[in-house]
Amino acid sequence: MLKILKYSFYDLIRSRWSYVYFLFYLALGFVLLFLNNDLSKAVITLMNVIIVLVPLIGTIFGVMYFYNSKEFTELLLAQPLKRSSIFLGQYFGVAGSLTLSLVLGLGIPFVLYGLFRSEAIWDFTLLLVTGAFLTFIFTALAFNIALSNENKIKGFGYAVLLWLFLAVIYDGLFLLSLIVFEEYPLDSFSLAATMFNPIDLSRTLILLKLDISALLGYTGAIFKQFFGTNLGLMVSVGVLLLWTLLPIWRLSFKSKRKDF
Amino acid sequence: MINIQNLHKKFGKNQVLSGVDLSIEDGGIFAVLGPNGSGKTTLIKSILGMVIPNKGNISVLDANIRNSWRYRQEIDYLPQIANFPGNLKVKELIRMIKDLRQKPSDEEKLIEVFTLEPFLDKKLSTLSGGTKQKVNIVLTFMFDSPLMILDEPTTGLDPLSLIRLKELIKEEKQKGKTILITSHIMQFVEEMADEIVYLLEGKIYFRGSMKDLKTKTGQADFEHAIAAISTQTADA
Repeated sequence: MLKILKYSFYDLIRSRWSYVYFLFYLALGFVLLFLNNDLSKAVITLMNVIIVLVPLIGTIFGVMYFYNSKEFTELLLAQPLKRSSIFLGQYFGVAGSLTLSLVLGLGIPFVLYGLFRSEAIWDFTLLLVTGAFLTFIFTALAFNIALSNENKIKGFGYAVLLWLFLAVIYDGLFLLSLIVFEEYPLDSFSLAATMFNPIDLSRTLILLKLDISALLGYTGAIFKQFFGTNLGLMVSVGVLLLWTLLPIWRLSFKSKRKDF
Repeated sequence: MINIQNLHKKFGKNQVLSGVDLSIEDGGIFAVLGPNGSGKTTLIKSILGMVIPNKGNISVLDANIRNSWRYRQEIDYLPQIANFPGNLKVKELIRMIKDLRQKPSDEEKLIEVFTLEPFLDKKLSTLSGGTKQKVNIVLTFMFDSPLMILDEPTTGLDPLSLIRLKELIKEEKQKGKTILITSHIMQFVEEMADEIVYLLEGKIYFRGSMKDLKTKTGQADFEHAIAAISTQTADA
């Protein structure tokens, strides 16, 4: 698996898109620091960008890479390699290179600005960890969609719909249900609803750490009340881990049964 | 070498293989023939483990291949359409496959035979179909494995390269290897093959030597014999 990972990773590192993605974060980091002049505020703004953008890029990149590397995959399948290592190697190659772009792109401006001498270093680290989680989760979901759909257009459509649903529609439905059922106790419902959406979960996680009650919103408040800050952090990291592992497991399971 | 029992494969509603039984002994060149869509490639891909059969057993070198992948170390496979990752250079691709297989290889001689030196630093997406096929051949023949599977090896080759390819295949046969070939070029098959396996509608319709086939169909010429076997069944 490590060899496949190496080849996929180098292949991506040399591609133009990795640079574009890296330069985008680099520019974003510098601009935010320039405009905010304050590390903690920049972290909050960054969170709002990362939470929507990272899943989108992970999804699109994952689907695109999977379909574009069809030839590479077929070449590998005839070699003495385990199937799951072919797909997992490619997956970690994609997710790894995206994470690297994110961490370096945002890390460089923040370090230059004096991150290591600042209080915000843990908040910033958590932000990057969450970004990495979201990359791994959404790339894995995208790989699953692409593996199950031979038709590129369909696969691409489903992947974008998934992102749209989790990033936008889910929140809308959630709020709507809160209003409709406002007469009932909704604590456990909203707790569960947050768990089922990795994007919401990441947002709650970061806001818990930043300890800004004004931004926590209803779910965040319940989360905090239910778990307390520390336990809340741990539970959400645990659930994010589950969100990562389950799609990876399905990927390895499904890839064993597919014809090429 | 290869033992196939009662192999069934369906793609959606399309039954491609319906009960193939085939055993291939060690050594010699076996031609897998059949009209388009008769399941030749599916059969080959099943042996390679790229297609997972619905039913039946395949064993290669006396071991069942189900859920196994190490046996592919003993197979050199030439795919039908040379689809390579386009952003790699020829040199890089050769190095990568060598790295993945971890076996002694002899690519220099083959690169010379097919005069590929000028292309080594070119990206695969810029190569012509014939040149890609030559790269494909180099990747297949550079290892020394007891079983070779060649799916349409002659596609796109110029006459000189075709002669070189035939020499290569004969050399490998001399070493006692088992070689499975599919092709639609009957002169090529006639010249190379020791035995014919004829697939039709997902079953093995004929298996035997070239002489048997000619006697069976009453044709003196191999190409006509193959044509006759297809039409006989169409009439039946």
